[in-house]
Amino acid sequence: MNNPAPTQSGATPRRTIDIVNASLKRRYAQERRFRLVGVFAVALGLAFVVLLFTDIISKGYTAFQQTYIRLPVTLSQDIIDPTGTRDLNAISGANYNKLIRDALRQQFPEVTDRRELRQIYAMLSIGAPQLLREQVMADPGLIGTTQEIWVLADDEIDMLIKGNIDRHAAQSDRQVSDETIAWVSRLEQQGRIAKHFNTIFFTHGTSREPELAGIAGALMGSFYTLLLTLVLSFPIGVGAALYLEEFAPKNRWTDLIEVNVNNLAAVPSIVFGLLGLAVFIGFFGVQRSTPLVAALVMTIMTLPTIIIASRVALKSVPPSIREAALGIGASPLQTQFHHVLPLALPGMLTGAIIGMARALGETAPLLMIGMIAFIVDIPHGFNDSATVLPVQIYLWADSPERAFVERTSAAIIVLLAFLFLMNLAAVLLRRKFERRW
Amino acid sequence: MYAWILILLLLAVMAVAYQLGIRRAISSAGGFSRINTLHSLPAYYGLYAALWAGIPSLLLMGIWIGFQDQIVASLVTANLSSDLLDGQSAGHVNLILNDIKNLATGNIVSVNVTPEIQAAADQFARLERIANWSMWLAVLAVALGGMAYAWQKTEPRMRARNRVESIVLLIMVICSLIAILTTLGIVLSVLFESLRFFQMISPLEFFFGTEWSPQIAMRTDQVGASGAFGAIPLFTGTLMVSLIAMLVAVPIGLMSAIYLSEYASRHIRAIAKPVIEVLAGIPTVVYGFFAALTVAPVIRDLGAAIGLQVASESALAAGLVMGIMIIPFVSSLSDDVINAVPQSMRDGSYALGATQSETIRRVIIPAALPGIVGGILLAISRAIGETMIVVMAAGMAANLTANPLDSVTTVTVQIVTLLTGDQEFDSAKTLAAFALGLTLFLVTLTLNIIALSIVRKYREQYE
Repeated sequence: MNNPAPTQSGATPRRTIDIVNASLKRRYAQERRFRLVGVFAVALGLAFVVLLFTDIISKGYTAFQQTYIRLPVTLSQDIIDPTGTRDLNAISGANYNKLIRDALRQQFPEVTDRRELRQIYAMLSIGAPQLLREQVMADPGLIGTTQEIWVLADDEIDMLIKGNIDRHAAQSDRQVSDETIAWVSRLEQQGRIAKHFNTIFFTHGTSREPELAGIAGALMGSFYTLLLTLVLSFPIGVGAALYLEEFAPKNRWTDLIEVNVNNLAAVPSIVFGLLGLAVFIGFFGVQRSTPLVAALVMTIMTLPTIIIASRVALKSVPPSIREAALGIGASPLQTQFHHVLPLALPGMLTGAIIGMARALGETAPLLMIGMIAFIVDIPHGFNDSATVLPVQIYLWADSPERAFVERTSAAIIVLLAFLFLMNLAAVLLRRKFERRW
Repeated sequence: MYAWILILLLLAVMAVAYQLGIRRAISSAGGFSRINTLHSLPAYYGLYAALWAGIPSLLLMGIWIGFQDQIVASLVTANLSSDLLDGQSAGHVNLILNDIKNLATGNIVSVNVTPEIQAAADQFARLERIANWSMWLAVLAVALGGMAYAWQKTEPRMRARNRVESIVLLIMVICSLIAILTTLGIVLSVLFESLRFFQMISPLEFFFGTEWSPQIAMRTDQVGASGAFGAIPLFTGTLMVSLIAMLVAVPIGLMSAIYLSEYASRHIRAIAKPVIEVLAGIPTVVYGFFAALTVAPVIRDLGAAIGLQVASESALAAGLVMGIMIIPFVSSLSDDVINAVPQSMRDGSYALGATQSETIRRVIIPAALPGIVGGILLAISRAIGETMIVVMAAGMAANLTANPLDSVTTVTVQIVTLLTGDQEFDSAKTLAAFALGLTLFLVTLTLNIIALSIVRKYREQYE
């Protein structure tokens, strides 16, 4: 083409090898480019994984600590228990807010202006009196003494301490006033501010106040939902797989069921929410917002996954096992239950765990069956109003407070940790029981 | 609460029945020495007794729990005086009933308690108590009756194994019918509500209208009181977000599948493949959070830096993140089909002097194309049905636009917004969600069926 072959006498035909040699350089360059694109694609895929995890973790790890202010609180007998009877009702009804506020005010004797005082009180969490009350109720011996108590700080102070609010920005650009920053700095110098492990996050239900919001309610909701889902979907899934794989005659009906199961596995999850709303809530009258109705929807949703995995597990058991059992006189059902099922069970369990992991992370269908309600209490059964962890994440992600970003990411970290453990269990199970025939 | 105790009790009865059935079988045969005269193994007589004790009683319990509330409620309403109920709508009667129930269970009541309501509540509580106790008695009686029946039937010639096995087989058939019932349930429930919707709004307006504002006005004389239900902006929004997602996912997924299956060493493949597949296991709500709080602000800032107006909830952010989510779908499905191409085709191409990339582009991809297309179709149906990412990162406003930097809304977002919050089952607003759901279900179902049949045909080709 570009460099014609040397001519000897007239026009000798060009040899193929010359054409090939001439194009080799270009073709090798193409090969390198193609390879590079491949490397780039893999690197991009890996980079997304890393980016996602670093983003979530860097946003969320701070939420596992929470800012507290150490105050010398005088637990005066007159306010908490004026009658001196140590009656728990009286102790519970006392004005703990005043105790804490007095203690905080002692730290700033020079402040008298009412507006400024209000700002000082706003440094404490609204839930602080409640926490103090629990502390006193647990140990009534504290009454009448003055204790150095770590009092929960407001979420804005928490954000300030964690460096999420820029202290040097103009006052109009941040939620915390200059005075508050000065007071916080003074408390810091006195060693009265510290971050402690955030137990509230793991022991409380949700709340409108970020510093009081926890995932315990959502975790329990997820637990009840998953438990019931597993109890319902595993036996049904295994039964269906056994029938379809081992007993069903191969005809149009079983073909239909098979196509059906495969397609159900790919139906968008939100459609299952519509089904749950129309059938379980609308037709059967199951109470909304409960783990019960969530588990019913999740069961319908995970069944195809479990059926498909169980059928694969049954298929991998060699026919010789069945023939041997049948040969020595076992009935077909005895063959299945005594010989095939035990060998296929690890594979089925792996499928079930993967199905449960998907159910744990599922959000969309639950939004429609009322799991989105704001529920502070921790559920204690299948019929209590509840929410689940992914829905809690969705709700918190919508909250405007800066501190909720941190909580949301922390809740995601907890969710991902559970998913990781479940998948790890599935992998280990598979590795331990995997058999090559 | 009590139901759980009853179920545990039933399990205990079944265990007892099992033991008794075995003993009865052995004794009816004439002791251990003559056990070979039994038709089945003794355990099957035990199972037979246990099933007779358990199944009828559990069925009765299920039916009882299903109907108890309705019957008690109708008994209570029958006793209410007519001046309380006359001329009231069914909804109002339900409200009164709810108050009575709440009063009876000690919850907060919305109305002031009249003596009549109080009396009804007392009656309600009494009836519920009676119903609960009689359920316990009836269920336990049926369980014991079943046990007694099995006891009486047990004799050496009874074919216990065959009977037990046919019951177990029947249970397994019912299990596999649940899959069919689910599909039927989806289709019927969605179709039924959609038909009611199309009685109010004509399908023409729904499928071809270009304005979507489902808000129902507070007053009937308000402008646009009926809302506008033209779904075209939702369809275009869904298409745009899915298109962006596929533009991200297909090149990256396909190229990484090619690289990992054709070029990468076994070692790299063993690490990179599972790591990329981690993306498929991450819950979508996490992607939504990532899109809304990390990607969207970055895109907005980038746009501002080059002088573009980017909506804070842009289609681009949602599409990009959805693309990331779909990468592993495309890559693992393509990986499967590329690996299914027989090695002999590669060897033939190399023997003709083709380079590796030429082999891939001219031989392997054409051979694997049907499978890859099937995989991409599955990924598209996944993108169309994806909900959380778009709910959190795309907008609510139904803009009919082709600008990916604008905010768009999708079918799934609208289903969620229409169905969360207060809802009544007969407003066009709620029913519209079911019509959207029907559309979504049909479109994804068609895509899946096409994709699965392509993939299956392709597999058969090389098997």
